[in-house]
Amino acid sequence: MRRFSWFNATSLTLGFLFLYFPMVILVIYSFNASKLVTVWGGFSVKWYGELFHDQAFLDAAWVTLRVALAASTLATILGTMAAYVMVRAGRFTGRTLFSGMIYAPLVMPDVITGLSLLLLFIAVGLDRGITTVVLAHTTFAMCYVSVVVSARLVSFDRSLEEAALDLGCSPWDAFRSVTLPIIAPAVISGWLLAFTLSLDDLVIASFTTGPSSTTLPIKIWSAVRLGVNPEINALSTIMISIVTVGVITTSILSKRNAVQRMRDEQKAQQA
Amino acid sequence: MQLRRTFLILVPYLWMLLFFLVPFFIVMKISLSQVALAIPPYTPTLDITQGWDGLVKFFSQLSFSNFQFLTTDDLYWRAYVSSLEIATVATAITLLVGYPIAYGMASAPDEWRPTLMMLVILPFWTSFLIRIYAWMGILGREGFVNSTLEWLGIIHEPLTILNTNWAVFIGIVYGYLPFMILPIYAALDKLDVSLTESAQDLGCTQIKAFWLITVPLSRPGVVAGCFLVFIPALGEYVIPSLLGGSGTLMIGKVLWEEFSSNRDWPVASAVAVVLLLILVVPIILFQRNQQRQQEAEQ
Repeated sequence: MRRFSWFNATSLTLGFLFLYFPMVILVIYSFNASKLVTVWGGFSVKWYGELFHDQAFLDAAWVTLRVALAASTLATILGTMAAYVMVRAGRFTGRTLFSGMIYAPLVMPDVITGLSLLLLFIAVGLDRGITTVVLAHTTFAMCYVSVVVSARLVSFDRSLEEAALDLGCSPWDAFRSVTLPIIAPAVISGWLLAFTLSLDDLVIASFTTGPSSTTLPIKIWSAVRLGVNPEINALSTIMISIVTVGVITTSILSKRNAVQRMRDEQKAQQA
Repeated sequence: MQLRRTFLILVPYLWMLLFFLVPFFIVMKISLSQVALAIPPYTPTLDITQGWDGLVKFFSQLSFSNFQFLTTDDLYWRAYVSSLEIATVATAITLLVGYPIAYGMASAPDEWRPTLMMLVILPFWTSFLIRIYAWMGILGREGFVNSTLEWLGIIHEPLTILNTNWAVFIGIVYGYLPFMILPIYAALDKLDVSLTESAQDLGCTQIKAFWLITVPLSRPGVVAGCFLVFIPALGEYVIPSLLGGSGTLMIGKVLWEEFSSNRDWPVASAVAVVLLLILVVPIILFQRNQQRQQEAEQ
């Protein structure tokens, strides 16, 4: 065990203050009655009310939600397939190109991904709208999914799958009843990651969307370019709360699962 | 069996070919075209109906003039250089901020680790756009920093921080800090504590033991973290547009404006191709670092 010194405690405190202070400020000012963001005009929830009556925001939120659901689900299916191919399919022609194509989008600047996809959609004459955004988001999100899932596939004991096959399972049955339950946590976190990435994306969506389907980040972008906006503060607070509740719940659940598993293993050893 | 395997490989493979590789070649092709008042706004366009002659005509009209244009107009040159500068300085600051945090996490008691880990990852799940936007209210002329400093009597005139490169540095450090912390923490976590202890037993001071043992052994994590910050920071669009000023030149912003305001697709594509060429070097170095690490683990 390393010693936990004063220096460590200070750097952790300052570090986490830095990470969380802007978000705390945002949350506090979302309850500010004054429209001037810098002057505290008393506690009020009126910006939340205005937000929920702003039809443009609600429409954009609905578009974003649909895009994120469709793109993350497609990305999870394709990304899991890609991970399986990379870890299990052995050698095949063009394998290097394949893994290159999976890893490259992870480090590709958004402006290039967005521009190149837009030029593709124009070249093939696809009308820009929700469909094109879903296609674009699926493409970059599936790479993240496949990285998450392949990490899990690499670490799991292959003999389990082989045993199922020896006992007469078809490959699909073996995948469904043995492999899938084992990699399920990674598939779920891959889906969540894809969903968040899609919700969050501004640049690629701006390039690939049409005039009729504005996503929430695009809407936020056009509002904040003009300066600080109390409605956006309210919206940010809602989004931060959802993420916080989600992350804390999953970490509590996974901790409980780990404890349960340890108990089960102990029981099994005793028996 | 064989059929199933082929299907499994083909579906993601074709998807990535169609939506990643093909668009990339289209960008290359358009970067060699000329801007035109037409739909699509560039020439030449490939006309397959003309057969071989069409193909010959198409290729004969492609030219490197856009790339020549990039070298003559010094806006682009300065944008590339200043992006490299901003990304380098911001990466260095992120390392200086991130290393002590990762070190603190690795030294923390075991039962704190999951919570600390969660606290680092949580901002990553929160919208990047909103986290950057939050700084507009903090750094502005009447923002939190200025009003606090004025209230404390330290300054009498508000400082100009927003719309300068300083705000861009703060934005990049803030936005990408988790990418720096996580790989360094992973490297420090694996480090055998008995090594530094024995160095100290043999007479090293704590600081010397840190420099001679901890720093070299955490190097793969540091390298990975630096690339994970540097590569996306180089092509960053959101941070310079929201926090930077008119003097902040970054290539992602130039590309966007070339495309949407000037509607010059060929030049925008040429800018993208050059940006990719610049990125190829750090990306290859990064992948080599990751591979070496994986081999070392096996």
